[in-house]
Amino acid sequence: MSRLLLNLRVIVALGRRSVRQTFRRPQLFAPILVFPTLLLAIQTGGAGSAVDLEGFPQVNGFLDFMLAGAMVQSCLLAGNSGGIALAVDLEMGFTDRLFAAPISRFAIVAGRLAGTAAFGAVTAVWFLAIGLIFGATIEGGVPGTILMIALVALSATAFGGIGAAVALYTGRASVVQGLFPLVFVVLFLSDAFFPANLMLEPAATIAEYNPLSLIVDGLRELVIGGVDAAAVAEAIGAIALIGAISIGLSALALRRRLRLGA
Amino acid sequence: MTGRVETAGRRFGARTDLATIRALVRRARNEIIRVPGAAIPGVLAPTIFFLGLTAVFGGLTQLPGFTAEEYQSFIIPISLLQGAGFTGAATGVNLARDIEQGWFDRLLVSPAPRPVLLAGLVLSASLRSLIPATFLLIVGFAVGVSWPGIGGLLLAYFFVMGMGTLAACWGSAIALRFKTQGAAPLMQAGMFVLILTTTAYAPIALLQGWLADIARINPVTQIVEAIRQGFTTGTVTWAETWPGLVALVGLLLALGGLALWRMERTAE
Repeated sequence: MSRLLLNLRVIVALGRRSVRQTFRRPQLFAPILVFPTLLLAIQTGGAGSAVDLEGFPQVNGFLDFMLAGAMVQSCLLAGNSGGIALAVDLEMGFTDRLFAAPISRFAIVAGRLAGTAAFGAVTAVWFLAIGLIFGATIEGGVPGTILMIALVALSATAFGGIGAAVALYTGRASVVQGLFPLVFVVLFLSDAFFPANLMLEPAATIAEYNPLSLIVDGLRELVIGGVDAAAVAEAIGAIALIGAISIGLSALALRRRLRLGA
Repeated sequence: MTGRVETAGRRFGARTDLATIRALVRRARNEIIRVPGAAIPGVLAPTIFFLGLTAVFGGLTQLPGFTAEEYQSFIIPISLLQGAGFTGAATGVNLARDIEQGWFDRLLVSPAPRPVLLAGLVLSASLRSLIPATFLLIVGFAVGVSWPGIGGLLLAYFFVMGMGTLAACWGSAIALRFKTQGAAPLMQAGMFVLILTTTAYAPIALLQGWLADIARINPVTQIVEAIRQGFTTGTVTWAETWPGLVALVGLLLALGGLALWRMERTAE
């Protein structure tokens, strides 16, 4: 069997384990799907009148506007949960056993990220289903829907790299769990929940430059406007930037861990 | 003679019960002192939500019919209650940990009555909820939350302690039912839903559809409004306060009863 094929098998097996693990542990599963869904429902009902504000983009309803934010929130939390699970594996010695196996070390981390990506795709489908059930219109149609699922899965991989880097660097689940509040800081400082032009300063200015806003805008455009090549390209650019940094940091942290034997 | 012995026994029992409650509260306090990091998420999360929601939804005050001039004064009661909710849920998680590690079994075989054990747990949560509340208020006043007056401030603290007690009752009931820390999301989600399905983001007239209907019947809405009056108007009136008190007592009876029932059944 070729080396590439072997690594692919490892990635698929570890990815499958990661998804199963997330579904089996409510502590990992609830923050990814349950809390963003509750928040989506409550914010849509609570701040829905905002569509009447001057400067609010043209939308069929506030739910249409919020869907992209909910998906990105889930992705960020999926990345964090993936990092926690990886750190637990490190604490329990499971990863050490994998390191001792005749497989690529990168495949071990890639397997975890593949699981996070799969979970990202699941969250995209979940929120699209919720949106459609409760009356949202996906202006991008079928191509837009497929693009959304792909973008959300890629975003989850990119954010998962951050969780993996912290897990590999520290080896402690409690530290990765400590990133949880930061997820919300990053979200609130983007236009995930509200148009940046209507946010208060300094959050409004920060949101303009936050790469997360580009991802949200790309996804949102597919819901409220249709397939816009420029918006999608900007979203892909932002995902690539975050992904390159996070996966680069993961690789460095993995190398450090292997060198120190920690 | 028998009556005197019974009275003395009751007095001795009450003293022992109080000592047990004090010991449990002291144990909870020691946890904060010895592991201060454990209290950080409970303080940090509501503060981040407070600052974030103010920055994000602050523009809602421009809507016709919005009843506050500054969004931070409107939203702070929610963050105060969230802080208390997180603290109470943490009590449930700690109880689940004690059950998993067998420490709680040792309490159960002691001669302390079950209601006294529960009282120790919820009282400690009630007192702990003052930590995030105080931190939030300091941050809030720094970013322009209106001064609610001494009466409004005391009322806010009173309701925060009440919500901490409620959340601890809920968390304890869940911990006693599932006996695992894996039930933590249920403890947190229960409080999350109870607090946010109120007039959390906007006045009732501006809420949409189902949320407006639920907020009307959710008793926590009355608690939110009772706290909010001081921050948005600067005054506290009995007319705005008593519905909150009634709601708090009703919820305490319901969730306290649930926790007590689970506590009584726990060894079965």
